[in-house]
Amino acid sequence: MVPISYYLVLSGVLFGLGVIAFIFKRNIITIFMAIELMLNAVNLAFVAFARAWNQLDGLVFVFFVIVVAAAEAAVGLAIVIVISQNRRSLNVEDVNLLKF
Amino acid sequence: MDFISEHPVLVVSLIKIAVLLFIVMTALAYLTWFERKVVARIQSRWGPYYVGAHGLLQPLADGLKFLFKEDLTPPASDRFVYTLAPFLALSLALTTLALIPFGPPTLQVFGQPVFVVANSNIGLLFLFAITSMGVYGVALAGWSSNSKYPLLGGLRSSAQMVSYEVALTLSVVGVLLLAGSFSFNGIIAGVPGGSLGQTGYWLHFIPKWNVFPQIVGFLCYITAAVAETNRIPFDLPEAETELVAGFHTEYSSFKFAMFFMAEYANMITVSCLATILFFGGWLSPFPNSWTWQLYLPGAGLVALGLYCLYDTVKEMRGIARLQFAVVTLLCLGGGAICLIPRVMPIAQGPFWFLAKVGLFIFFYVWVRGTLPRFRYDQLMSFGWKLLLPVSLANLVGTALVILLVKRG
Amino acid sequence: MNLPLILFFFCGGLAVLGAILLIVAREPIHSALSLILVMVSLAILYLLLGAEFIAAVQIIVYAGAVMVLFVFVIMLLNAGVEQRTNWSKMAKYAGMPLGIFLLLEITRWIWRSTAGPQAANGAGAVPAAFSTHDLAMALFRQYLFPFEATSILILIAILGALVLAKRSE
Repeated sequence: MVPISYYLVLSGVLFGLGVIAFIFKRNIITIFMAIELMLNAVNLAFVAFARAWNQLDGLVFVFFVIVVAAAEAAVGLAIVIVISQNRRSLNVEDVNLLKF
Repeated sequence: MDFISEHPVLVVSLIKIAVLLFIVMTALAYLTWFERKVVARIQSRWGPYYVGAHGLLQPLADGLKFLFKEDLTPPASDRFVYTLAPFLALSLALTTLALIPFGPPTLQVFGQPVFVVANSNIGLLFLFAITSMGVYGVALAGWSSNSKYPLLGGLRSSAQMVSYEVALTLSVVGVLLLAGSFSFNGIIAGVPGGSLGQTGYWLHFIPKWNVFPQIVGFLCYITAAVAETNRIPFDLPEAETELVAGFHTEYSSFKFAMFFMAEYANMITVSCLATILFFGGWLSPFPNSWTWQLYLPGAGLVALGLYCLYDTVKEMRGIARLQFAVVTLLCLGGGAICLIPRVMPIAQGPFWFLAKVGLFIFFYVWVRGTLPRFRYDQLMSFGWKLLLPVSLANLVGTALVILLVKRG
Repeated sequence: MNLPLILFFFCGGLAVLGAILLIVAREPIHSALSLILVMVSLAILYLLLGAEFIAAVQIIVYAGAVMVLFVFVIMLLNAGVEQRTNWSKMAKYAGMPLGIFLLLEITRWIWRSTAGPQAANGAGAVPAAFSTHDLAMALFRQYLFPFEATSILILIAILGALVLAKRSE
């Protein structure tokens, strides 16, 4: 049997890697993918806890997280398409019209 | 030897995988022969005739041709993705075949059923999961070829696959509601917790298969399946007159052969799924009390062998005669094996399953030879505006009927 | 060294490899492919944890639809090679070390709080997998309101995406 702490450490590592990718990458789409990676890491933690305490509620939450992530990806990518048409570039540093 | 005795399950699984892979690869090769022959007959010509008796060695010739052609890679393409795409397509197409049961699960070796490689109790769900990943093979192939026609063909083809996948999945949910289980054996049994033996009959002669209560679902499924596997009449994205060859334009030699094989493997998978979901899988349409049906596989093979014998003696000349004599011997040998009393009940399940799958594949090839193809906007509007609402209506109707029947 | 443990390390290793490839890949399409690798290995881990339905949903929805959307957008926008600019001194000497430090801290605190006798789960029998039937019961009885609210959310998302991506006439 695999102890639950192993799964939680893996979830933490993936989340940390997602944060690093979010901070250091410049392409908008790659930043989006880093957000999806963080959401996946959290899903793993939920499923691990559902197994640890033998309750289904963790799985229901994972279901909702997946659905909401899909909705967010759809809208976010539509925004990305419009931004790329307006600013002519996919570099997140070029979206700077509101910069102080 | 120690390894085999300590891990019998693993060894049995490996043997099953090897056997299944061998059978499937041979079936894929001869499916191309079958398609060319049937389409040719529909078009009043002969089809492959010279390469081996009745063209039976044509797949071998095609395979050798694919191996020896020059393997080009477009210069500005993304090499990793370009090589990955056909591997992905073929491996996903072949993986789905591991879930399909070819016969009853009662025959077991070391506690593992013989006729299915991966006996899962959520088999159907995983089959859909693997099929939904098949979009990547097409999309990545189109993108990585770095050329106009493949990109357009790839985008169109993947948009088509994603659209019809929704209708495919929804049309099957009616069957799931009736069966109450995701596992293939549960669906074949028909009712939750039903037994796998006799199916039972309505009106004493119509077997209790899911196609009769779910006829709308079946029609939606067949249409969506033809669209999902990119076959005529839905194959605009790879049509020669429209888009050169669609997403696999820039592929040659073995990679193209892999896409080709992936398409036929998908066709086989979808036909197997149609028989399991709607036509009772490996169950026979006749009641179990009719014991003469045990002789059917052997009798059929022997009859085929006798016909080949007649052909060998009367019509073939030269080396074709020799090849056909080999075919005759194979058929008669297979028939003799199926007539051994020990083997007769075992051969029943796969025989009926393969017969039904063969009928579906014939239907596929028949439709290919007969119908013209859809235009792309017609195709997309058909999928979203007609097929999806009909599948949804089927689902709601089935749920309502089940609710009313259970209540009242 | 039993089979679940080997499978856990294999899939966990694949997931971490995919995440690292996401960071170091130069082209967005390679990042997308590595994210798909992460999702598929996570689906196998869900199977190990007994959540069969969630594993299938992860592959069907996440890896088979959301990532297809990402790949489509990358293809449509022709997202090319990421610009390689030299990192500022702040990023190189303070940023990356702090990022790795965050990673190590998260790992350390999770390990300290969950490893130990109270969390070593059932060294004996493997608990049964979660059944889809029970999950459906929970989803449609206890959590019916979030279910309906999420379906309206998806409808809003579809409408929003349509309006945003429509070409202005």
